[in-house]
Amino acid sequence: MLEIRNVRKTYGSLVAVDDVSLTVEPGRLTGLLGPNGAGKTTTVSMIAGLIAPERGCVLVNGHPLSGDADPLKKKIGLVPQDLALYDELSARENLKFFGGLYGLAGLALEDAMKSALTLVGLIDRARDKVKTFSGGMKRRLNLAAGLLHDPDILLLDEPTVGVDPQSRNAIFDNLEGLKRRGKALLYTTHYMEEAERLADRIVVIDGGKVIANDTLAGLHARVPGGGNVSLESVFLTLTGRSLRD
Amino acid sequence: MGLTAFLAMVRKDLLLFMSDRRAVIVAFAVPIFIGSFIGSITGGSGNRSDRPRVKVAIADEDGSTMSKAIVANALADASLTVTAVNGAEAKDRVRKGDSAVGIVIPPGFGDGSLQALRNRDAARPQLSIFYDPSRQIEAQLAQGVMTQHIIGALSTALNLPRPSPPFTVSTEPLTSGDNVPYNGYAHAFAGMGIQFLLFSALNLGIEMLVEREKGLWSRLRSAPVSRFLIVSAKIASITIISLMTLLVSFGFAMFMFKVRIAGSVIGFFAVAIACSMMAAGFGLLIAAIGNSPKTARGVSTLATLVMVMLGGAWVPTFVFPKWLQNVTVVVPVRWAVDGLDATTWRGLGLSSAVMPTLALLGFAAVFTAISLARFKWEEA
Repeated sequence: MLEIRNVRKTYGSLVAVDDVSLTVEPGRLTGLLGPNGAGKTTTVSMIAGLIAPERGCVLVNGHPLSGDADPLKKKIGLVPQDLALYDELSARENLKFFGGLYGLAGLALEDAMKSALTLVGLIDRARDKVKTFSGGMKRRLNLAAGLLHDPDILLLDEPTVGVDPQSRNAIFDNLEGLKRRGKALLYTTHYMEEAERLADRIVVIDGGKVIANDTLAGLHARVPGGGNVSLESVFLTLTGRSLRD
Repeated sequence: MGLTAFLAMVRKDLLLFMSDRRAVIVAFAVPIFIGSFIGSITGGSGNRSDRPRVKVAIADEDGSTMSKAIVANALADASLTVTAVNGAEAKDRVRKGDSAVGIVIPPGFGDGSLQALRNRDAARPQLSIFYDPSRQIEAQLAQGVMTQHIIGALSTALNLPRPSPPFTVSTEPLTSGDNVPYNGYAHAFAGMGIQFLLFSALNLGIEMLVEREKGLWSRLRSAPVSRFLIVSAKIASITIISLMTLLVSFGFAMFMFKVRIAGSVIGFFAVAIACSMMAAGFGLLIAAIGNSPKTARGVSTLATLVMVMLGGAWVPTFVFPKWLQNVTVVVPVRWAVDGLDATTWRGLGLSSAVMPTLALLGFAAVFTAISLARFKWEEA
């Protein structure tokens, strides 16, 4: 289980994340929604250990995460917003590298690569260079790299940006399969229909603060019109309509 | 787990390097090509017939027995390549750069110089010498050699014994051993090897900035690996690639141009490894202080070129003014070139490699320390 308690991060006078708390249960997907600059990526970065919170803590299965080399980080998998892959290497070589970072080697690494590539439907393209892949294939490999070491918690930062409906649907199927396997998933997105389809709980964040943390039904109940309005309308009601550049 | 992660990072860097055709060409083929060219024009493999001669255009407008003897002596001189022309052509050849020196023997030169020799009050004939101002050393050499030939011709005309100095001169090139000629390729390949190993290190440093842009850095930092391990792996991979660059260059020079590690083999490898570690520190420094791959490439390429220029990789530092020779001890390339020269063609022992090795390790430590102090570890 992933628990974030009262984390805060500032950059000079800018408060990027302020007193954010949330929990992600095993077998559940929590959607983290917010406009641009709301603090979603900073929150995910603090959970992944990329940046240290100034206040508060991140707990993995009840233990606080501390330090770059904390073995607890093995429990977390990150699927970053960028296609964090080496285009000049094959899918296999990419996974070999990412697996090695988590101490995977030999037969265990081979098995993990096979499982991850099979899950995302790229087993037949394992030896092809990533630069020959379509955008959707790269997104799926990006996902495979994040779950290669079989983490309990998966952080997905806008994992479907720029992919076709077929690949997006394949990624959704993968995520639903991971939920069934008891993984705790934290999913940031701008696409409301994705949150509606996948999320068991939705956290709305704006200006670095949590402004709502509820189930989909609970969020609908917060606005006039209830279940007759879309999640996007609920989101706009909660965060306002002013542009965030 | 630490070792597995370390090996995975090093392996990945080596795979990426080998998969980048441009990087491989820059690291291996270009230094061989440029080293071969520079080596061939700076002494070659020591074959005396390959030695450069001074190109001289001589116009004999006198046509006397003595002037013909002067031209004949010049034509037989191994240090000159003489072209017989008329006066206008002599000037024209020098102006166009076809000859370093043009000499015009004016009408009456033979008789006039003989009279001037017999009678101190007689008018002295004037020998005209034109020279290319960009080749003054060749002009001075040609003037000295021609003076010798004129005096020889005068002596012959006067039936005097050809003047010779009352001593003999022994000249000996101090290379790695007796009868071992100077091999210009040794210095050229040392210089170019160092230049291009720095370029390889520079590319790997910039690759770290590209990794940051592509989000790969985030993925790396999210893994349970320490900063020490990340930096160590990067130093190891840049060192290996830099060392390969240098050793492939030298291997080619050994095979093709008979360059030898005539001095300490241990010293040679100590300097080569220390130089590669210095390059690794340089690569890290670029990654630490560079804002973006594009700006970092421009600035670091300029810095590399200045370092190799001042370090004597292009031309030996002994041709620099004295003050510049003193100043360049703060340039790491200077130590690398001196160390490799000492252990190859100079044939010096291990002690000659100690200071260059220590200096290069010192530079590696300073570059790495600055990099770690400036490195941006966190990012949102």
